[in-house]
Amino acid sequence: MLDLIIDILIMLAKIAVVLGSLLTLTALLTWAERKESAMMQDRIGPNRANILKYRLFGLFHPIADAIKLVMKEDFVPGRANKFLYTIAPLIAMFPALVTFAVIPFGDTLIIGGKIITLQVANLNIGILFVLAIASLGTYGIVIGGWSSNSNYSLIGGLRAASQMISYEVTLGLSLVGVIMVYGSLELDQIVRAQGALLWGFVPKWGVVVQPLALILFITASVAETKRAPFDLPEGESEIIGYFVEYSGMRFGMYYLGEFAEVVVSAALITTLFFGGWQIPFLTAAGFSFPFGWSIPLPGLLVTLMQVGAFAVKVVFFCWFLLLVRWTLPRFRYDQVMALCWKNLLPLSLLNIVVTGGVIMGLQFS
Amino acid sequence: MIVTFYIAGTLAIAASLGTVLARDPLRAALSLVLCLLSLAVLYVTLSAHFVAAIQIIVYAGAIMVFFVLVIMMLDPGERKAGGSRLLWAVLGLAVSGVLLALLLEPISVIPEYGGEVSRGFGTTEAIGGAVFRHYVLPFEVLSGLLLAAMIGTVILARKKERGEGVA
Amino acid sequence: MIGLSHYLILAAMLFAVGTLGVLTRRNILIIFLSIELMLNAVNLAFVSASRFLHNMDGQAIAFFVIAVAAAEAAVGLSILIAIYRARGTLNVDEVNIMRW
Repeated sequence: MLDLIIDILIMLAKIAVVLGSLLTLTALLTWAERKESAMMQDRIGPNRANILKYRLFGLFHPIADAIKLVMKEDFVPGRANKFLYTIAPLIAMFPALVTFAVIPFGDTLIIGGKIITLQVANLNIGILFVLAIASLGTYGIVIGGWSSNSNYSLIGGLRAASQMISYEVTLGLSLVGVIMVYGSLELDQIVRAQGALLWGFVPKWGVVVQPLALILFITASVAETKRAPFDLPEGESEIIGYFVEYSGMRFGMYYLGEFAEVVVSAALITTLFFGGWQIPFLTAAGFSFPFGWSIPLPGLLVTLMQVGAFAVKVVFFCWFLLLVRWTLPRFRYDQVMALCWKNLLPLSLLNIVVTGGVIMGLQFS
Repeated sequence: MIVTFYIAGTLAIAASLGTVLARDPLRAALSLVLCLLSLAVLYVTLSAHFVAAIQIIVYAGAIMVFFVLVIMMLDPGERKAGGSRLLWAVLGLAVSGVLLALLLEPISVIPEYGGEVSRGFGTTEAIGGAVFRHYVLPFEVLSGLLLAAMIGTVILARKKERGEGVA
Repeated sequence: MIGLSHYLILAAMLFAVGTLGVLTRRNILIIFLSIELMLNAVNLAFVSASRFLHNMDGQAIAFFVIAVAAAEAAVGLSILIAIYRARGTLNVDEVNIMRW
């Protein structure tokens, strides 16, 4: 009985850690986006919000934004479907939060004889769960666009939905090469398999064995989360999108959901292509470099370093995805569709064929 | 597990009734999505993890999105009430009731099967083994079927250009 | 204990509800959705039989049923769009110019 209670408490602690850091990072990203765009455009960015004259580089702006959004008038457009109008932002935010359940953020932790896997749920269909939940995110957009009872929202919703379902195909196919190389769908197994060393000194990370899949996956996930340069469905300054009739915290949920999806995309890129929590040459017993030199380290310190490495990598890729937004101009809609169906999809199929050929060649040599 | 079965089963039946009795097609489609999600939960209780994931990715995530997009674009009007609707509803209920009775009768006499499933039952490797060992021919024919469906959809839904007759 | 008969009863009920929808409703879209409901009931029967008979074939068949349902939904909806463009209505009672 006590074992059961301890297990439940450990699971709750893991969920709290994952959700807490995800939501904190999401809120920080709203600040980071504005600061990073300001630095790239030779401005200062937000720095006015203060508590008792302490400005802290504008880090109070996310709190100020949240208070502002909560205080706004909560209205539903006339003749709009109230139930669907309310539920659409929730459905849009749901995939970003749930996907983190299968992402491993560290090696197994052994505390006092208890083995704790640093992953909320170890499913044997790991990557398929991520793809399934991502495909459910389309409903939030479509229902939001339709239930606003406005022509422009409806057209924006259809644009967004067709972009999302087109890039889902490329997203899935670009992962097939990664699955073939590492031989498993479970994200835990994929991260562990990236600890192997190729030719004695190169870690077998996804970026080394599947570079084309990395480029395709980054492009498809930027398009899937509707961030620039694929943000025509939102089109903040030019044409209005599916959330034009939303205001206050309902819009806040769409807005935060988009940043949460940035964090999730960064976490997936880290896990699948950059070794997840792996630090090169760091095993559970300490560093072991290829020319024989090794540094023994206690197991708990190793695990903490690996969790820290995962956090650093995720933050780096969040920064990179924000950088992409302020560097590239927006694509036109037909360019977006042509890019997916005529360029990215054949490239991902080519990647699968070449990967299969190389694996078979290595097997028979 | 028993609790999961009853909750998901009740949700599936309620959502299916919502589909069939809905006022407008959008509500029916969204109820069907809910039914598909509860069926995916039931597949997980049956250790069919891969089929559950495929159900959500393909059925709830692609087919039903297609349905919802078509409903939104066509935007059908409200339902007109007809006079003889009650007679047809009663006849439909009678036929469905007879069908249900015919289906339930042999179910009540099947023996009790049970036992734990082997490790690796319902995983992707197991489905891959079954499909690519025993069902390779249907798999290849399926790719031909999907190609035919793609071509047929594009041709059927195309707007008629000027100069085309009855195509 | 939940056995095979529980799942089969649930599948039979879903199938009967789908049949009710096909027979009673007049809107083509809802008839379509009821047909998909019947396909799903059959899928549930296949998967539950596969689990209790310890045979993977049922899940492979369910996988094929889902793929075929995708193809059928695509073609059926495009036919529906063509009918809507030609006849302007989604009521099956009004698409009857080929009746004798």
